[in-house]
Amino acid sequence: MEGIKDKCAIVGIGETAYSRDSGRTEISLAAEAVKKAIDDAGLHPQDIDGIVKYAVQFDTEAGVAACLGIPYLKYFGEVGGAGGAACGLVSHAVQAIVTGMATNVVVFRAMNGRSGLRYGRGEVTGRAGRGSAAFTEPFGLIAPGQGVAFTARRHMHEYGTTSRQFGAVAVACRKHASMNPRAMMRTPITIEDHQNSRVIYEPLRLLDCCIETDGGCAVVITSAESARALKQRPVYIMAAVQTTRGAGEGQFSRAETAARYTAPRLFQMAGVTPKDIDVVQIYDHFTAMVIIALEDYGFCKKGEGGPFVEGGRIEIGGELPVNTAGGHLSEAYLHVMNHIAEAVRQLRGTSTAQVNGAELVLVDSATGAGALILRR
Amino acid sequence: MTPPQLPLPVIDPDNAEFWQACKRHELVLPRCSHCKTYRYPPTPMCPVCNSTGVEWVKSSGKGKVYSYVITVAPIHPGFIGKLPFATVLVQLEEGILMTSNVINCDPYEIKIDMPVEAVFEDVTEEITLPRFQCVS
Repeated sequence: MEGIKDKCAIVGIGETAYSRDSGRTEISLAAEAVKKAIDDAGLHPQDIDGIVKYAVQFDTEAGVAACLGIPYLKYFGEVGGAGGAACGLVSHAVQAIVTGMATNVVVFRAMNGRSGLRYGRGEVTGRAGRGSAAFTEPFGLIAPGQGVAFTARRHMHEYGTTSRQFGAVAVACRKHASMNPRAMMRTPITIEDHQNSRVIYEPLRLLDCCIETDGGCAVVITSAESARALKQRPVYIMAAVQTTRGAGEGQFSRAETAARYTAPRLFQMAGVTPKDIDVVQIYDHFTAMVIIALEDYGFCKKGEGGPFVEGGRIEIGGELPVNTAGGHLSEAYLHVMNHIAEAVRQLRGTSTAQVNGAELVLVDSATGAGALILRR
Repeated sequence: MTPPQLPLPVIDPDNAEFWQACKRHELVLPRCSHCKTYRYPPTPMCPVCNSTGVEWVKSSGKGKVYSYVITVAPIHPGFIGKLPFATVLVQLEEGILMTSNVINCDPYEIKIDMPVEAVFEDVTEEITLPRFQCVS
């Protein structure tokens, strides 16, 4: 079977300002981010013939196309699973381009995640007691972080992981954000600051939780051949995979993530191993999940993620820098679209926390729901 | 009986037997009538053998805490006056994991592997929720 490895590239990235109150519509944020990404690629809106979007994005592909003056789309669709969709969107775009269904595809996320419906309050993911939520929400399990706390607690119980180790993830992301003028939270923090932050859902503290964000971010994907003629250095897509698990009760309870199932296919498709990866952009809605996903991708042994993130190892200058723009914890919560943009900057050599000679970046969406390996 | 502000379970054809049993203060679990695998929450098909046959088996209601979260932040109107509270994931003797609450225990006294047993709380005329209490 013919694969997708290296057949497509990311050629444009675009972002709005990130804030707590944009004062704008989500479609306005989407249009700005998409236009900037198209400009960054050196393309014209009329060159775009595909848009793939998150199922949780309230605006339609057609609405965004209309804003930009894209006459019609040949390829469009959406991926479910909220924040987990990001890398899957890229995978769909690549498949469309490789098969000739589309030429230049945009993927984007735009939301008023702080001034509008808030994920941290379950306002988007809540299901009013329907379906399997009949067996969780009446017992007070409303916001995503509460389920994550089950997982975090199990990991602490099984492997001795500590809150201070969760704190090391928050400190690393904040350090990178402090170097990034786009980031929402730029004041450096210490482990003590983390330990002194208030408890939200024990064992998770305020500084274990991502920041809700108003903003937009978009990426343009085209064939490797077309990419070489465009204005930016192409960032080639070596692998793009998705995983969904049956979403039964206790899905968040085990001390593992879907990355366990994603990693073998991801590395096999790219033909590389975790040791080859220079920088990781990982879905950090909550610190604890970064630790568990690092294990499940094979960057360290199962159960050793806590010690692995300590001692500056995941900070710039460390062995494996993670979330070099600040991540969801400190830059913005744009469902990993901003992590993809940062991966592109690393491979162009334009990050504000540049890893010298970065050649391979792994991007994760929702701890294994999707993943990419990108290269220069 | 105070009106709860948290979402109440929406009863549907797949889960009605469970909630009817709760109303009788009985905990029943759906089990595949073909291969006898328990599943929870109720789903229309056995994930092991794909049979749609289901039998509702009375549970011992006994289990132990598998994990738990203590919610402190007032992120939902239904939490007002209840904070902090614990939501627990109970592993029942039948093996399934069940989300619920522990009623007779300070949230900060809860421990993983703590033995618990089911009790019932009539929250409305129609809905009774299964909760758990510590077994000393």
